[in-house]
Amino acid sequence: MKSVSALRGTVLPISNVLAGIVVVFSVAMLVPAALAQFEDDSGQGAFGVSALGIFVAGCLWWLATRRFRRELKVRDGILLVTLAWVMVPALAALPLMLGIPGLSFTDAYFEAVSGLTTTGSTVLSGLDHLAASLNFWRHFLHWIGGMGIIVLAVAVLPLLGVGGMQLFRAETPGPMKDSKLTPRIAHTAKALWYVYAGITLACVISLKLAGMSWFDAVCHAFSTMALGGFSTHDASVGYFDSLRIELVLSTFEIIAAMSFATHFLAVRERSLAPYKRDTEAKTILKILAVSVLGLALFLTVKGTYPDYFTALRHAAFNIITIATTCGFATQDYASWPLFAPLWMLFLSCIIPSAGSTGGGIKMIRAVLLAKQTARELTGILHPNLMRPVKVAQTVVDNSVILAVLGFVFLYFMSVVVLTLVLIASGLDLTAALTATVASINNAGPGLGIVGPTSNYSVLNDFQTWVCAVAMLLGRLEVFTLIVIFTPAFWRK
Amino acid sequence: MKIIIIGAGQVGRTAAYQLAREEANEVTVIDVNDELLRDLQDRLDIRTVCGNGAHPSVLDAAGAASADILVALTNSDEVNMLACEVAYALYGTATKIARVRTTEYAAREKLFSDRGLAVDVWISPEQLVTEYIERLIEFPGALQVLDFADGRVRLVGVRALKGGFLIGQKLRALREHIPKTDARVAAMYRHGRSIKLEGDTLMEEGDEVFFLAARKDIRLVMSELRKLGDPVKRVVIAGGGNIGLRLARALERTTQVKLIERDARRARRVSEILTNTIVLHGDAADEELLVEENIDSADIFCALTNAEEANILSAMLAKRLGASKVMALINRPSYAELMESGPIDIAISPQTVTMGALLSHVRQGDVARVHSLRRGAAEAIEGIVHSGAAGGSRVVGQLIGDIRLPEGTTIGAVVRGEEVLMAHHDTLIQADDHLILFLTDKRQVEVVEKLFQMS
Repeated sequence: MKSVSALRGTVLPISNVLAGIVVVFSVAMLVPAALAQFEDDSGQGAFGVSALGIFVAGCLWWLATRRFRRELKVRDGILLVTLAWVMVPALAALPLMLGIPGLSFTDAYFEAVSGLTTTGSTVLSGLDHLAASLNFWRHFLHWIGGMGIIVLAVAVLPLLGVGGMQLFRAETPGPMKDSKLTPRIAHTAKALWYVYAGITLACVISLKLAGMSWFDAVCHAFSTMALGGFSTHDASVGYFDSLRIELVLSTFEIIAAMSFATHFLAVRERSLAPYKRDTEAKTILKILAVSVLGLALFLTVKGTYPDYFTALRHAAFNIITIATTCGFATQDYASWPLFAPLWMLFLSCIIPSAGSTGGGIKMIRAVLLAKQTARELTGILHPNLMRPVKVAQTVVDNSVILAVLGFVFLYFMSVVVLTLVLIASGLDLTAALTATVASINNAGPGLGIVGPTSNYSVLNDFQTWVCAVAMLLGRLEVFTLIVIFTPAFWRK
Repeated sequence: MKIIIIGAGQVGRTAAYQLAREEANEVTVIDVNDELLRDLQDRLDIRTVCGNGAHPSVLDAAGAASADILVALTNSDEVNMLACEVAYALYGTATKIARVRTTEYAAREKLFSDRGLAVDVWISPEQLVTEYIERLIEFPGALQVLDFADGRVRLVGVRALKGGFLIGQKLRALREHIPKTDARVAAMYRHGRSIKLEGDTLMEEGDEVFFLAARKDIRLVMSELRKLGDPVKRVVIAGGGNIGLRLARALERTTQVKLIERDARRARRVSEILTNTIVLHGDAADEELLVEENIDSADIFCALTNAEEANILSAMLAKRLGASKVMALINRPSYAELMESGPIDIAISPQTVTMGALLSHVRQGDVARVHSLRRGAAEAIEGIVHSGAAGGSRVVGQLIGDIRLPEGTTIGAVVRGEEVLMAHHDTLIQADDHLILFLTDKRQVEVVEKLFQMS
């Protein structure tokens, strides 16, 4: 009885907005549907049926729940965002199941979650022979998920108005979410999408010029800008074996790992000054430069590669792609001395900026934690110390720092718990730990049996679901998802 | 329209709320208090910037470079005026509105002339509220009296009461009963809901009626709706603050005014300024003081202190002790609503009054006057119809009956030069007319604005 009233109070009001999101998403399906029609491939029926079915169901749902609409509260926003992120992959999995014979729902859902959360781990093999429309769909999911389902919904649906801010906050990564680029939330969302689409277009053209086919260029550009990691080839980017392509991809991965708010400001001011003001961007470049040069040296000394330049090329591409949580591969880096891949996975926890398309803890939190630690250490020497934590000359409120500490604790607890669950289910330590970290950071490949040369199809159904949950946890930055499972959330 | 509001106080917050509600506006609010801002940002779709609104770096961050309107509403006149100066000097902002309370500044017209400060419009909420109360006292029985066309036409809100001729009659009976007077009912609310106006709509006791009439006809029309009260002779004011003092000064020559002030020093100061008013030092919620000062023979009791709860309580007390009519200054819309249907005759909301003055300058198209009504839910607008075959407003040359208006909107009157015409469906609209419209649903305002826009 109690749960029924809770349902009426919290679930019904948001289900109307949810229906709106479903309708928008079904429209997105028309793109691969058109491609399937054009290419006349096996996705033809799958996308047509899915798009139509979901569109009709979404519209009916919307009509049925219209009378329950009301202004969204904080609580509604959290629940709505979570439900959207759980439900939309299920819809996205539909054409995959219909189009690929023998694909189970578990695997299709995993693939869709991996796409939308921009993780890029796959359970499919034989990608080179997959129908073009299905391959496109996987990459398109990356691209949509990269900027966010909700950000898309806020940009195109006028209905989200005031409540839009609550949603935005529940979905947008990063500790400080109150700053808006433009006064209106819908304009902010649109601006972000324009910048995102613009850079993606530049990436497509660069990849084409570097030697990819148009189809590969579009797919890989989606994958790169979303920091996803799906590829149209089983051998990932290793298939091309082209330095030029690797350079283009690395450059755009770094761009995508920076905050899109900074890109937006740079476009608006038509100058590079915003990057100079962006602490995160500067730190990312520094850490990546040191890591690449250092690991290349390490690999040369260890004898993995015959000379420093070969080592530099492979180290640069693979480190940047994992650290930014993109997750392509050109080499079997799992066979490198263990220090190297573990360092890369560690970087994937911290490198992407808040407001980028990457996952993990985010650079700003790492910077804040480092500064907070420095403050504690200085405080031991000077008991009367007054030193606020500052980022780019701006004082950061203590409440933000406490929230960051709480976040990091929850994040590592999630890693520990999920790793233990995977070990209990029969996975070995390396695979369990790296699969968890790679999934929660939305990076992609792990090490061992889930390493870059193999894929996640080796996992059993249970383990696949655990990884899917880890990806959602990472994409929604733990808090949003976990708060729903606290009893207080459901109390009136 | 890009709008920057400086100051997130009572008036600033209401302004942000009202303006952000209109789809076309992009609102940024600046304040020094970041907690206030965070709270505001949670509830409204606006951007906030923390800092001093007169500082160029803060204005930069708020996007002043591309702002169309700057509204400075902090509690410091100096900050407000300086912010306008800075915005004008650095960004050439088109419209700059400042809140100026001190008469020191406001009294010198030259200060705000072309060669003076870069303030296009100054508003003083205290002044506006005082004028508002004055008009209410001028017409006992009215809930609201609002000026249009420099006072030639007034919109009056009245509660229909027993003794009025129109009670239980159809609306068209008004015209038959006083054929020589031109008046028009613009809106009617029953139990808080607006009702559709037709010629044969019945008027019931307790209805809240808004009508438009020329200034001289107001008393006559009001007497159709209720028994007219006697002119006000005795007024008791609680609170000798800015508003109380101004009101006492405006009324003391024609009426007998008593002013009760709690603070001894303030009471002394007030008594020095006023000449005919009896200034009393004491608590307005003190029953004995009120009885001693013959509250039962007071025609109007106005509670005008800064504390709205105290205003409500002292007004209720005065009513029980026999004051014929009580008014209270109430900021919170929810309180105002609670009180007006109950023990307090008129709740005066300073924000609503101020908002009208502010909105007239913010609105697009050619809007000469805006009054917020019913706590911002409804609105009365005076729009100017501009001429010109090319680029004129599209309603020129149309019959009023042919103009398509959104639901709940009525054209009440047409002001043509010195002449005031009540709107009929066969009135032809000419260039340079001022149209007075009543919107029961404020959300329609953008549609209405389009009527006045140059095509």
